[in-house]
Amino acid sequence: MREQLPALIVVVPLLAALASPFIAYFSKTLVRWLSIAAISVALISSIGSLVHALTQGTWHYHFGNWAPPWGIEYVIDPLGGAMAVLISFVSLVVAIYSGPFLKEDTWLKKGIFYSLYTLLTTGLLGMVVTGDVFNFYVFLEISSLTGYALIAAGGHRATVAAFRYLLIGTIGASFYLLGIGYLYAITGSLNMADLVEKLPPLIDSPVVLLAIVMFVVGLGTKMALFPLHGWQPDAYTYSHPAATAFIAGVMAKVPAYAVLRFFFFIIGSAAAPVKAALEVMGWLAAVGIIAGSIMAIAQKDFRRMLAYSSVAQIGYIVVGFAVGNTLGLIGAILHIINHAIMKSCLFLVAGGVKWRTGEHTIEKYAQLCRKMPLTMGAFLIAALSMVGLPPTAGFFSKWYLVLGALEANMWPYVVIIIISSLLNAIYFFRVIENIYLKKASEPSEEVKGSLELPLQMLVPIVVLGLGILVIGIFNEQIVSQVLLYALPGGGN
Amino acid sequence: MAPEILLDYRPLWAVLISLVAAVLILITGERPNLRESWTILAAFGKVAIVFSMLPLVLSGQVLEIAPIHVAKGISLQLRVDTAGMLFAALASALWVVTSFYSIGYMRGHHEKNQTGYFAAFAVCLSATMGIAFAANLLTFFVFYEILTIATYPLVIHARNDEAIKSGRKYLAYTLIAGQLFLIGIVWTYLIVGNGDFQAGGFLSLNHASVGALQTIFVLMIIGTAVKAGVMPLHGWLPAAMVAPTPVSALLHAVAVVKAGAFGILRVIGYVFGPELLSQIGVATVLAWVAAFTIIVSSLIAMKQDNLKRRLAFSTVGQLSYVVLGVSLLTPLGFLGGMYHIIAHAFMKITLFFCAGAINVTTHETEISRMKGIGKRMPITMAAFTIASFGIAGFPFIVGFISKWNLALGALQAGKGLYVAVLIGSAMLSTAYLVPVGYMAFFKTSDKFTKFGEASNMMLIPIIITATLSLVLGVLPNFGANFYDLAVMSAQSIVKSIQLVGGGW
Amino acid sequence: MIQEFLAGSLIYWLIAILFLLGIYGILDNNNFMKKLMAMNIMQVAVILFFLVLGQKMGGTLPIMIGHDTNVDHYINPLPHALMLTAIVVSLSTTGVALALLMRIQGRYSEIEEDDILRRMNK
Repeated sequence: MREQLPALIVVVPLLAALASPFIAYFSKTLVRWLSIAAISVALISSIGSLVHALTQGTWHYHFGNWAPPWGIEYVIDPLGGAMAVLISFVSLVVAIYSGPFLKEDTWLKKGIFYSLYTLLTTGLLGMVVTGDVFNFYVFLEISSLTGYALIAAGGHRATVAAFRYLLIGTIGASFYLLGIGYLYAITGSLNMADLVEKLPPLIDSPVVLLAIVMFVVGLGTKMALFPLHGWQPDAYTYSHPAATAFIAGVMAKVPAYAVLRFFFFIIGSAAAPVKAALEVMGWLAAVGIIAGSIMAIAQKDFRRMLAYSSVAQIGYIVVGFAVGNTLGLIGAILHIINHAIMKSCLFLVAGGVKWRTGEHTIEKYAQLCRKMPLTMGAFLIAALSMVGLPPTAGFFSKWYLVLGALEANMWPYVVIIIISSLLNAIYFFRVIENIYLKKASEPSEEVKGSLELPLQMLVPIVVLGLGILVIGIFNEQIVSQVLLYALPGGGN
Repeated sequence: MAPEILLDYRPLWAVLISLVAAVLILITGERPNLRESWTILAAFGKVAIVFSMLPLVLSGQVLEIAPIHVAKGISLQLRVDTAGMLFAALASALWVVTSFYSIGYMRGHHEKNQTGYFAAFAVCLSATMGIAFAANLLTFFVFYEILTIATYPLVIHARNDEAIKSGRKYLAYTLIAGQLFLIGIVWTYLIVGNGDFQAGGFLSLNHASVGALQTIFVLMIIGTAVKAGVMPLHGWLPAAMVAPTPVSALLHAVAVVKAGAFGILRVIGYVFGPELLSQIGVATVLAWVAAFTIIVSSLIAMKQDNLKRRLAFSTVGQLSYVVLGVSLLTPLGFLGGMYHIIAHAFMKITLFFCAGAINVTTHETEISRMKGIGKRMPITMAAFTIASFGIAGFPFIVGFISKWNLALGALQAGKGLYVAVLIGSAMLSTAYLVPVGYMAFFKTSDKFTKFGEASNMMLIPIIITATLSLVLGVLPNFGANFYDLAVMSAQSIVKSIQLVGGGW
Repeated sequence: MIQEFLAGSLIYWLIAILFLLGIYGILDNNNFMKKLMAMNIMQVAVILFFLVLGQKMGGTLPIMIGHDTNVDHYINPLPHALMLTAIVVSLSTTGVALALLMRIQGRYSEIEEDDILRRMNK
């Protein structure tokens, strides 16, 4: 069993996804537990694989015993393993949280929701564990299609948002597919490890350059890198509230991981075209950080504000790539983790408030601190972390990014990150002011007692909120024991 | 002589005790008596922990906890040295007094949101301890930012538009400065590899060019000077006076602004060091800015009719004494600056306590309406007058000792002009504070005829701090050996065994 | 020369034009259905691209004929296999898109983008 762990990461949620509608027909409660159990198995397998990768080196798992480069290979190195743990952890937390949203739904709706949800998890997990670039595409499309469906489940506005996302997302995926077509044309291989060996002599070929351009456009669209982020605010705002936190927290991070994988592991950042591509992406990200933050300030809808803030935060990650030295990459990977947890936490809070009070505009958040103190406490931690104040997790990723940018003498990025922190402070303190300071506009509506969320929603929120602090304080362990090995070159 | 280093977790407990108290306060918010008892318990516990370390520090030992590593060369660590001990002893001792006063004030005023108030207060004290005991720049920054955030709910305590506006102003100033401070810190880590405070500084010309060092210095000083209210970065301080008076008293006279002043001391004495600063020459600019602040803020203070605003501008000026002292880079300058942290704390907290007591009993805030108030509140006003004379620098009150050393420090640096600034400022302080006492006792008004002091909860703290201002003026080492601590850290910074002159 | 161009890179240029036409169609059309059809055109271009990669002058289907084990006689089967998957993906994408379009049509009784966006933000 133990040697099959990498396969379990993907296979168990996949089977659960297929079984979900049938299980739901028999028992509406069981289906949720099935998803939770399947994702838990994926989480445990991910942790096991990560530990294996850290202690005994990268784990190559040959699917069906077909040796690469012909067979499909799963490769779990510390980077992929860490991503898999992150994805399955957030997925698990959100799955636990999703219960109350679907209580009233029919068995079919419920079954299909969990089917889609576990399938989305499968797709994202598959993207990070696969060692085959075409397999990556398949998982990318699995996650995208389920993502479209989950977004569309949020109501009529969501349907339009999902359709538009589908068009843009498909363009992005096609660009990616073209990119691997070029790589295949020139090397004759689709296996990542094989590509690493075959690419260096061909690095100056215009075909590789074209492939890099395709990856930038394709993955840039998928991760909502400015100015390819047009689909994202609507999609995050209107998607099904039980799944938003997972979609907004993790879905855009996996393409970011792919950029890291392609540009730093497969092609290698020493190549001139990659350098140029990273520089372009870095500048786009820098503009995106500022533009996203300013757009976030202008929003009235809390979820929309968070969505625009994601545009900015993805920029942080890309800036880390563009800086490109060890410190910058640590900052970028740490920020992938931190931001996934912070943003999920914030969207969980947004979903909880909407579920409880039906409100989603920032103005209507007045005095919520009295009605849901624990939820708002978690929000406070996540918000401070987004601003990047110590000792929260967000501070430390910012710390590494600034340190890296300074070391590389890239002053503009330092300035951008600092300005962005202050802009973040503006829009998060606006929400904090509303929650803690403003008098509720209609005192007659003073609700008696607590409005605190039910436990199965509250616990995930609090766990993520505390997680931010824990990651902040113990980030050295994460950095030195995992992330350092996750860098290109592994631990040097 | 390298100090002996002891592994000891007491500094950590000193930080954590009020944090735990904050949690307990939040949980027991429904029952005021239990809630307040946590505050009192934590205050006494903290004082006990801090003072139990005092003898060790005085005997030349350094206490530190094992560091929590954040990354290579980057760690969170607490260490108790003489300067940190000085600040921690001051803050923890005054927290006890303020706790009683706060309870009296908040109840006397029937304030809302008291739970949040006491919890935030406790967190502030934790952050202050962390700042005092921080062993390196990162730890310092972490607690510095926690202090920024924990103070915010106190500033906006009143929850009205004015408070929210002041809160925004406060955040704008402190967060921007914090980010600039962060750049300076990251840069330092980059060129040195770590940021451990070292008496006499750890940066040198080998690390970077003069221009880079000057830039780092400016960034760090902006970061710390905002909290210390050095002009032109003082804008938030008078605005923050909308906070309840105990907040103004402890935070704006002791914890927050002193954290800024203490930060400047750390940057000058423990990051750059006097030697390097005299080579790169930026400290002179800081001294000029401080001298400018001293004079101008006193002039502005004279025009304020609101008592708390007048005190706020007086705080701005007095803090710049500390800044001026340390930026003189002379042994006695350091000594005077550090002792002024103590001296000003005792005097200013007395003044703020008095202002709060007046507000609670008579609801007066404007100085022009306080004529004859000495009839009604003689003890309060007597304390106020003592502290006023102290601020002006009269002998036998604690303010004199620090100013005397500051003046000597200026002479040591060969800059007689600063002595003139000190004298001028002393005269100005006399002009804006002493008349309040004069009006209270020698003018009459039919408003205040009956005797009626504030409650004992408030009155006793006032008496204690006023008495201590007098006692420390005669015996500068009374209680916590503040003077010795200041001498020891000044010695360690300038690395000279002998402090010429000194004392009085 | 022209011969070479026709046999060599012409097809790639045509595919590139088809691909760009598809993207242009998605961006330019106002009608969601037309956008969807343009998307299909774009996907077909990608599929063609892969198939052309596997093509070979004089090669035959990658099915073992007799005992001919000389790989030079067969075209590369891998791109075909990949494109089978890509076609499935494209099909399901179209399926999801059509389902969404039906929902949109049901709610708004139209599928013109600008009208819908205007009504959505009301």
